[in-house]
Amino acid sequence: MAHHPILDQYLRDAEQSGESEEKITRTLLDAGWQLHHFLDFFLFHGELGLGEEIISVKNVSKLFGQFRALDNVDFSAKKGRVTALLGPNGAGKTTLIRILTTLLHSTEGRVKVAGFDVVNDAQKLRSMIGLTGQFTAIDEVLTGRENLEMVGRLYHMEKFEAQNRCAELLKIFELEDAADRPAKTYSGGMKRRLDLAESLVAKPKILFLDEPTAGLDPKSRFDLWHIIRDLVQGGTTVLLTTQYLEEADQLANDIYVMNHGKIIAKGTPDELKRQIGGDVAELHLENNEDIEKTIKIIAPLGKSSPHANRDTSVISMPIEGGATTFLNIVRELDSAEVKIKDFSLRRPSLDDVFLKLTGGETKK
Amino acid sequence: MSNLFTTFSDIWVMIKRNLIRYRRMPQLIVFSFIQPVMFVLLFAYVFGGAIKTGNEKYINFLLPGILVQTVLFGAMMTGVGLADDLSKGMIDRFRSLPMARSAVLGSRTITESLRNVFVVLLMTVVGYIIGFRIEHGFLNFGGALLFTIIFGFAFSWISATIGLLVKNVETAQTAGFIWVFPLAFASSIFVPVETMSGWVKTFALHNPVSYVVNVVRALALGTPVGDNFLYASIWIFAILVVFIPLATYIYKKIN
Repeated sequence: MAHHPILDQYLRDAEQSGESEEKITRTLLDAGWQLHHFLDFFLFHGELGLGEEIISVKNVSKLFGQFRALDNVDFSAKKGRVTALLGPNGAGKTTLIRILTTLLHSTEGRVKVAGFDVVNDAQKLRSMIGLTGQFTAIDEVLTGRENLEMVGRLYHMEKFEAQNRCAELLKIFELEDAADRPAKTYSGGMKRRLDLAESLVAKPKILFLDEPTAGLDPKSRFDLWHIIRDLVQGGTTVLLTTQYLEEADQLANDIYVMNHGKIIAKGTPDELKRQIGGDVAELHLENNEDIEKTIKIIAPLGKSSPHANRDTSVISMPIEGGATTFLNIVRELDSAEVKIKDFSLRRPSLDDVFLKLTGGETKK
Repeated sequence: MSNLFTTFSDIWVMIKRNLIRYRRMPQLIVFSFIQPVMFVLLFAYVFGGAIKTGNEKYINFLLPGILVQTVLFGAMMTGVGLADDLSKGMIDRFRSLPMARSAVLGSRTITESLRNVFVVLLMTVVGYIIGFRIEHGFLNFGGALLFTIIFGFAFSWISATIGLLVKNVETAQTAGFIWVFPLAFASSIFVPVETMSGWVKTFALHNPVSYVVNVVRALALGTPVGDNFLYASIWIFAILVVFIPLATYIYKKIN
């Protein structure tokens, strides 16, 4: 056995003080534990810091009959980070998640997750991932505790291990009081939390969340964001899909924007926002009928074409030149006698990026 | 842990889940029990008088048939249960877990068989109350019940296949009746096949349900089993050989 300074020191100390054999063994065990934690600490940091590629998707296409749900998608996600797939309904986000979680086979291309091929090593991969699908998948007849223990046992945890982990998760997700009630009595937010807890039972290396906050009220959504941030702090890699730009902005380190089965942009939230550059002028018109007229007037002054929301009479347009350009716009509109209810100059948001990328298609 | 061990463990965990569901929703068992009770009463007291069964009391003729009918109708629950799991996203959850691929279907069909044990015993008691008597010893009657259960197990695999294909609870229910009804009524469950006519008689003679009923009836009443055991067993074996791989294949390919 290789000697280690800490172990040697313990041995010498123990001998000198004439400790009993039992005590020496205990001390040695303690030393071992300390060493273990020491290494763990370093390994843990290694996991967080390196940011190596943990999901790799190469030239993947998926056809449903004639329909191309995914079209030559290239994609990768890094360890310990949150990667978001952002896009409208039908963009192919769920199809991609289902392929990554072994539920669906791609028609073309290669997919590796955590070093495993999703087709050939599916069973090994399944023990390392957790999936929270688009629709809450809990057994509503079972209690929260029974749901969690069942999933733990299906991950092949020992009974006591599953019970301990289940108690831990009930606490984290604030479901202790409701633990022994059938899940059908839970509120929407509680059901979603239980759903998420189920996918965390085996402490997955990678967590897949398909529209985790769809249909939740703002408070539940905020709570869930909080939980996801904590998980990432603990070293979990997260891949999530969302239609909400705000959600991607809040949670993600890396964003892939999808539309019609293709990846149309990627980058950090800041990088994506910078693609728009400058500022965004936002004009709230008094009269809905002035929209066409306004667009005509301001379009030559913008960096890219203006986007109008006909229901709210709000027009937004990326501009360069800050306040000077902005004042010009307001002046032009004033002389054309367009009545403005409110106006502002703001930094671009992901909404603006999305609108620019999808060519102003209405997002859902 | 060995693969075989984890497979059994997965099936056991899933059976426990299914049993908890039955315990919390006893109406599921009550309904699968009310229907055969109504059939027993209907045929014993309404139609029975008009049906000639030779020297045998009609209730003695009827009850073995009713036992088979009970598990036949009960088999539909397998498909309905799976369709329910599918529509609620549970199957996605299970398929993303490192559990045995056979555990979802295997546990479902085994649970239905356990429920069948309970329901056929209950039906025997009901039969006893209205005059049915075991005339050929308890051992043979036990054999009759066992054969009924095995038949129910085979049929629940057909039901599982349908449930996985239709993916919707209501459709699974309706689809179930379409194939179960002709099998139940054009058979020897309620009336002797000899009294039927034309092509229906031909169908009824070769209907797997008839062969199984004939075996169960012969064991219960002490009449000769004849070729029925052979043909019934071939049917059961064929159903298992075709539908276990078929259902498993569909389960793996769900998208």
